[in-house]
Amino acid sequence: MQRIDDANRQAMDRILSADPVLVDVIPAAEAIPTLQDRMILHAGPPVDWERMCGPMRGAVAGIAVFEGWAADLQEAEAMAGAGAFDFQPNHHFDAVGPMTGMTTAGQWVMVVENRRFGNRAYCTINEGLGKVMRFGGNDAEVLDRLRWLRDSFGPAMGRALRSGDGVPLKSLVARGLSMGDEMHQRNVACTGLMLRALAPALAATADDTAGLSKALAFIGGNDQFFLNIAMTMGKAIMDPVRGIDGSSLVTAMSRNGTDFGIRVSGTGDTWFTAPVEMPEGLYFPGFTEADANPDMGDSTIVETIGLGGFAMGAAPAVAGFVGAGSASDAANFTRAMGEITYGDNPEWSIPGLDYLGVPTGIDIRLVVETGLAPTINTGIAHREPGIGQVGAGVVRAPMACFEAALQAFAASVGVA
Amino acid sequence: MSENHVKSLLETPLKVVNIGLESFSEALVEQGVEVVHLDWIPPGGGDPKLADLLSKLE
Repeated sequence: MQRIDDANRQAMDRILSADPVLVDVIPAAEAIPTLQDRMILHAGPPVDWERMCGPMRGAVAGIAVFEGWAADLQEAEAMAGAGAFDFQPNHHFDAVGPMTGMTTAGQWVMVVENRRFGNRAYCTINEGLGKVMRFGGNDAEVLDRLRWLRDSFGPAMGRALRSGDGVPLKSLVARGLSMGDEMHQRNVACTGLMLRALAPALAATADDTAGLSKALAFIGGNDQFFLNIAMTMGKAIMDPVRGIDGSSLVTAMSRNGTDFGIRVSGTGDTWFTAPVEMPEGLYFPGFTEADANPDMGDSTIVETIGLGGFAMGAAPAVAGFVGAGSASDAANFTRAMGEITYGDNPEWSIPGLDYLGVPTGIDIRLVVETGLAPTINTGIAHREPGIGQVGAGVVRAPMACFEAALQAFAASVGVA
Repeated sequence: MSENHVKSLLETPLKVVNIGLESFSEALVEQGVEVVHLDWIPPGGGDPKLADLLSKLE
């Protein structure tokens, strides 16, 4: 259908012509003026307290204590159950968040500006691995780290970024792909490249040597530091693709631990949801699949722009980490995703696949036609609140989301 | 197909391309038959309504 072809070409042009730049770190309340007191932004499509999974509830309780809304976790849970908090998806506020995805007014968020279209996207700073709030952790250690990010690291990173013209992300990601990152479960190269880009400005704008040293060690010691930047970049790239009449390309995939939701350009901001699936993966010592929570987080925005599971061929090491098999299996994941995408991104190529561009622009028609659901690389949270990450794996987006979206999309273009 | 072609087909080792249900290929592999399996399902997972929509949205 010519109308769909034209719309998808326009959508793909917007994806490929994006110019995302990491420009600042600022308080969430400043970045998102509509983020009110006692409002909690979470990952995924809308979900209320009654339907939230264990780690999401744990994170809600923790962030309520962090914000000073509750004296302790028990009081926070009681308040949540009594309707004291306004739960909203990050995606409705130009934001994204990994795993539980807690975003509240008192946290600091990274700002990525898409200079081609002028829009901005936001995400909190990656806390590190293990027992962290994004995986449902909420004890004193977790909250103290959030306070340090708010009081020290966030302001320092903001000063450093404002002292220059920001860090262009497209070229940095291109280098990261050639160094074995896929930007979802492997971010070690891009984290190193970002540290290299930020360190001089962090030093030049630092308050004190001890604080600088801690900030540098925090970035250098967290292989996933770049994940949240990649996600913010993904949101900044995809937001201008929303609402193109007649386009069948996916603009967001996201999960809240209960439901998986997708948005399609031609059907605007409607979520098409289905129950989340359970990742298949490898578990840290002492944990098994019985401990795992189902799929969760806004991080699937990286797959939406052709990275993560779609770029698995760039990152053979991650295939082993997530239990997806061999290097050739990793390449097959990328090639398979080429069956459900509009085209390749020539600026993000994979040397080991003869410089094949990452498969980009998920077309719901191709997903339903082939039966190939998007492949997602993901961390796995413990199903109980307060414990944290227990493993990493691969999961598929539920086909029911795409089938529902296809029917609504067909109606939107006058086909029934 | 001529009688000679049928005869030659039966006298040479089978080489099979299996499309769709993987269990068919597994049964042949167990009998020592060389099989290439093509992972395929009907458009729309076999749902006639989805298949109809897909054909109209091409």
